[in-house]
Amino acid sequence: MTELIDLVLLGMLAITALRIIFLKDLFAVVMLFGIYSFLSALIFVNLDAVDVAFTEASVGAGISTVLMLGTLALTGRKEKTNNHTTFLPLLVVVITGAALIYGTLDMPPFGDPDNPAQQHVAPRYIQDSPQEIGLPNMVTSVLASYRGFDTLGETAVVFAAAIGVLSLLGLPKHEKAAIESGLKSHLVLRVVAKLIVPLTLLFALYVQFHGDYGPGGGFQAGVIAAAAIILYALVFGLPMATHVIQPTLLKALAAIGVLIYAGTGFASFFLGGNFLDYNVLASDPVAGQHIGIILIELGVGVTVFAAMLSIFYAFAGQAERANIQ
Amino acid sequence: MFEQHSPVLPIILPLIAAPICILLGRSQLAWLFATFISALGFGISIGLMLTTLDQGVLSYSLGGWEPPWGIEVRVDAASALVLCVVTGISSLVLVYAKESIAKEIDSSQHTLYYTAHLLCLAGLSGILSTGDAFNLFVFLEISSLATYTLVSLASDKRCLTAAFRYLIMGTIGATFILIGVGMMYMKTGTLNMLDLAARISEYDSSRTLNTGLAFILVGVSIKLALFPLHMWLPPAYTHAPSAVSAFLASTATKVAVYVMVRFIFTIYGAEYVFHTMGMDTILLVLAIVAIFKCSFMATVQSNVKTVLAYSSVAQIGYMILGISLVSTLGLTAGLLHIFNHALMKGALFMAVGAVLLRTGSVDIKAFQGLGKQMPLTMAAFTIAGLSIIGVPLTAGFVSKWYLVTAALEQQEWTVAFLVLAGSLLAIIYVGRILEAAYFKNPAEGTTYKEAPLLMLIPLWILVFANIYFGIDTSMSVGAADTAAQWLTQPSSSPATALSVNMGGATQ
Repeated sequence: MTELIDLVLLGMLAITALRIIFLKDLFAVVMLFGIYSFLSALIFVNLDAVDVAFTEASVGAGISTVLMLGTLALTGRKEKTNNHTTFLPLLVVVITGAALIYGTLDMPPFGDPDNPAQQHVAPRYIQDSPQEIGLPNMVTSVLASYRGFDTLGETAVVFAAAIGVLSLLGLPKHEKAAIESGLKSHLVLRVVAKLIVPLTLLFALYVQFHGDYGPGGGFQAGVIAAAAIILYALVFGLPMATHVIQPTLLKALAAIGVLIYAGTGFASFFLGGNFLDYNVLASDPVAGQHIGIILIELGVGVTVFAAMLSIFYAFAGQAERANIQ
Repeated sequence: MFEQHSPVLPIILPLIAAPICILLGRSQLAWLFATFISALGFGISIGLMLTTLDQGVLSYSLGGWEPPWGIEVRVDAASALVLCVVTGISSLVLVYAKESIAKEIDSSQHTLYYTAHLLCLAGLSGILSTGDAFNLFVFLEISSLATYTLVSLASDKRCLTAAFRYLIMGTIGATFILIGVGMMYMKTGTLNMLDLAARISEYDSSRTLNTGLAFILVGVSIKLALFPLHMWLPPAYTHAPSAVSAFLASTATKVAVYVMVRFIFTIYGAEYVFHTMGMDTILLVLAIVAIFKCSFMATVQSNVKTVLAYSSVAQIGYMILGISLVSTLGLTAGLLHIFNHALMKGALFMAVGAVLLRTGSVDIKAFQGLGKQMPLTMAAFTIAGLSIIGVPLTAGFVSKWYLVTAALEQQEWTVAFLVLAGSLLAIIYVGRILEAAYFKNPAEGTTYKEAPLLMLIPLWILVFANIYFGIDTSMSVGAADTAAQWLTQPSSSPATALSVNMGGATQ
């Protein structure tokens, strides 16, 4: 049965991809990208990779769609006709595709418990992480502790992306006497948004602090919280949103998140452990692991939230400036 | 107490310094702080180099989890050598940058520049020190994103197209590397480099592993701008701020060459890559075409930064040539050229940045008569230019000497001849600029001041390094030779890595 579901989902994924290639309307393309991400998220659920599915849904389908729409607001929604010759790119793509297929011919059987990926490193995570780290969600154990250095790197990647966008677009200035903009005439939208925003923020906090026990964690929480503020900005206008959370504060928050994470690493360092060794953070190693993981997940959440929101501010600020001129 | 953490410090110091830098806000303060951190990293890297040469490989378990379950930072002679290059050049460039970016980058973005520079440094150091294939990809992403930002910071708007092109190509390269790492993981179930090496040798002819290798090599080739995948590099180095060109030209592509060496020699094994897959011939041919095609392109450009950019692609050809000779001596030559080329290209781009600051142009016409007006800058340019050509008593000569010796050792007479012939083209493209500077008169009524001291000092430090390492080769060749021997004969490398694991770190 799961094979059948996989086949259907993969088929839909392929159709979506083909449609994206041939469509000229970029607005529709962005929407299809969202669908593509949701379909991938479903495949991940079917593979029992719920954490990955959650991230794909919130990042791929959620925030990226919003950011791409923000780009379209600046660039226009029609694709320009392309006069380049398509022969060479087609050749490259065909060769790459053929290589990928060739590479999968020797692939270990799909879902086989005897596969190297299941047999070598993974058993230790499954058998020992409950005693070593003590979290029910092993995915969090791996990404926050066993491979915590990767996650620190990923947080820095998000921070670097925010730095890049800020250097290109700049943040909008926060004006006190802001003109009322947004969707003023849409009463239903305004009421619904007022209802949804606080609930979304609450959910983000739940995802943030429940990541140790179930799917979730800093990445997803940061994105969800950012989405709540973006919704607020879309309905009530950017000036109202920058009034709530000022752009300069966001820039500082993006940095502070990385500082929390790296600072936790340095703390274990000064308490006599290796970098990011949470065991030394408390007298009991497992308690230390808990403290460490909560701290670094908080760092991830803060940076992701601030980076995503400041990228949105940068796009929306440009669009607003373009509208005024 | 910092001693036992030294392998990881060159990564985490700039990594934590980058967010602090942006919180500092003021550009003056950010400059001082970034330079201090980078210099600290340089000091630690030199210490690491001495320790590795003395005691062998240094291994450090992140989070106290022993590899392959946790991530390992593993510094051997090859990592330490390139790490010294990267942190050293970064420190000099930061000193130089203060005056240079004042004219080339909008003043509101100076703090962002220093932040992006530190992020890039952290990423590059991470790539060089990590012993984990996926962790390498993560740091590659940090350094790449920071690099695109750095290129796009110039006030000349043409940098945006160049940065965008670089972004697209770089992302394809990184994705290919990720696909390759994924295929390796699928077949071996591990991401630690040594563990991968041990398990890969069990499967000799697996299609998945072969394809993984192909994807990694193509991805890395884009990153290191191997001909014909170099098209992103000339516009990026031409339109980036001069300090950024100087930094990237002497570090980013070199680190990518290191990544290629790491994947070929440490993970897959030279036997597998060169004999089973026959990659040596492909790399050799591409390297030679790169040397000639791009040296020729360099001779016909009028923008001096473009000349240097094409020259970089050609010089990368020499490094790959050394690797493709499949011998310890060839690899020594390749690694040595990473070191020496960083010294010369760093100095050349710094000199051009000084000219841009004073004349406002990097066209070859702007160089007319500069030999008299900016004597110190042009003297530095001349010496570094001679080093690129490979004139005796410069670092460039030592590289060429080892390359030719390595080619002759393999009875590759044609290759040895081609290496020497490539230098002739270098004489032309360097000579054109020197001719303008020394034998042409300046446009009438133009007088230019010598470059500011803060730019001349780092420039001349590099120039002296070019001469020093051209005469006393014991340090550079010694390190490159040790690195190459450990890479080519894994059995002779100290089997018991000097463990700096703390007690109580593992359970």
